[in-house]
Amino acid sequence: MTRLNWNWLGVVPFFAFAALFLILPTMNIVIGAFRNPEGGFTLANLAGLASPRIVESFAISIKVSLASAVLGCLIGFAMAAAVVMGGLPGWIKAPLMTFSGVASNFAGVPLAFAFISTLGRVGLVTMLLRQWFGINIYAMGFNLLSFWGLTLTYLFFQIPLMILIITPALEGLKREWREAAEVLGASTFQYWRMVALPILFPSLLGTFALLFANSFGAVATAYALTGSSLSIVPIMLFAQIRGDVLQDPHLGYAMAFGMIVVTGLANLAYVVMRARAERWMR
Amino acid sequence: MKRLWSWAALALGALYFLLPLIGTIEFSLRMRRGEYSLDAYRSVLSDAAFRQTFSYSVVMALLTIVLGVLIVVPTAYWVRLRLPRLRPVIEFITLLPLVIPAIVVVFGYIRLYNTSSILPLTGTASGTNLLLLCGYATLALPYMYRAVDTGLSTLDVRSLTEAAQSLGAGWTRIIGRLILPNVLGAVMSGAFLSFAIVIGEFTMAALLNRPAFGPYMQLLGANRAYEPAALAVIAFAVTWGCMGLMQLISRLFGTGMQAK
Repeated sequence: MTRLNWNWLGVVPFFAFAALFLILPTMNIVIGAFRNPEGGFTLANLAGLASPRIVESFAISIKVSLASAVLGCLIGFAMAAAVVMGGLPGWIKAPLMTFSGVASNFAGVPLAFAFISTLGRVGLVTMLLRQWFGINIYAMGFNLLSFWGLTLTYLFFQIPLMILIITPALEGLKREWREAAEVLGASTFQYWRMVALPILFPSLLGTFALLFANSFGAVATAYALTGSSLSIVPIMLFAQIRGDVLQDPHLGYAMAFGMIVVTGLANLAYVVMRARAERWMR
Repeated sequence: MKRLWSWAALALGALYFLLPLIGTIEFSLRMRRGEYSLDAYRSVLSDAAFRQTFSYSVVMALLTIVLGVLIVVPTAYWVRLRLPRLRPVIEFITLLPLVIPAIVVVFGYIRLYNTSSILPLTGTASGTNLLLLCGYATLALPYMYRAVDTGLSTLDVRSLTEAAQSLGAGWTRIIGRLILPNVLGAVMSGAFLSFAIVIGEFTMAALLNRPAFGPYMQLLGANRAYEPAALAVIAFAVTWGCMGLMQLISRLFGTGMQAK
């Protein structure tokens, strides 16, 4: 006779909390995306996502997320590489990591304010460029409330996130690998192309996916920066929840479902790539 | 040559990060025409709405930390002690808030807990506050769990528990007086990160219509010129303070976690 196992009772509070405030609410939206107003199953809501307005918003959201993830990866990588292997004095690393920890969490409304104060129409950099060099960036077509403005702003938390994640990976590159490559007559370029980058590749791709998801789901920064003038997906969903601007609640659920699919795929890519990257980190 | 490139990369990066900070500080001092002054800060600090929303968010952040600790510490402890096979499941659930955008979660709340549902939390102000609190606890879950789990991994949970039990301690006593003090450093670093996230949170508070600091900042940003810059400086100082304390504590206790 087996004794009844009561151990599971200890995790009931956690599962109850997760079910009530995380899983059920999300399921509710997902199920709503596949239901018609009468409660029957339908794919019409997902088909409704093909309307030009929604396709456009997904397109611009994905473009902003791609651009800020690509640039965030490149710039973050360059800065991390400079500190880890660029021959800079060792004391620079600690403050850079601390600052990255702060900046990667400095998102939302205040970040938008900071960029308006800097690159807005009367911002510091805008004014200085005009006074010192006679360059009027707004006359040249720059606008903070645009694709590039939003991308530039998102980089403020994307670059630090990249630095935080990629620095340990760069430090994991073993000195022996480089020495072995050099003994075999490899140039620096060859070492990077044939040894370091292939090892780092899963980390890079994984972090890229994470940065993509990170900016795709961001609401507050974009909302405070552009109001509703740039209709990226989170902003449109925000307006939909507030006032049903699509005039179809179920289309709203389908949009939210679309968001989960995009961020879910990006995170899946991150997890898979991370598992591959860890093979080299042992 | 290599060093030159390294300095150049670092300098360009530093320029990108410092300019907005300098720009914000400069802008926040520009309120009085022709000279720098602290007028914007004075105007913000004397605004009753600022004090109300800021203290509302501080209280919410502290409650979030308490709720987070109450949920995470016993669970992480129990799973390590008795249900190690459940660990991947729990870990997966705690990472979900990083995958599902907050705006989708709160959308679900509004649907699930509206006035015509079984649990009409959004019907009353206190019910909505509770809902927002639970929402914040889910946002903090990934950071809190990872911090506590890292802290627990440095302990021999089984021996500690057996020692306490043989001395006659009950479960609440073991968790409250033995486990919690031992992972305090980890708990605190998770707590400061949660505080930094909750204090300026916008999406959930705005969609649940609660008078929090995030929506207040957004509203001020839409209507004023110089005060938002002052607010951004204050918010940055709060984030900086939280992260600084977090690093200090993880250094003091020797355990802790990286942000994200």
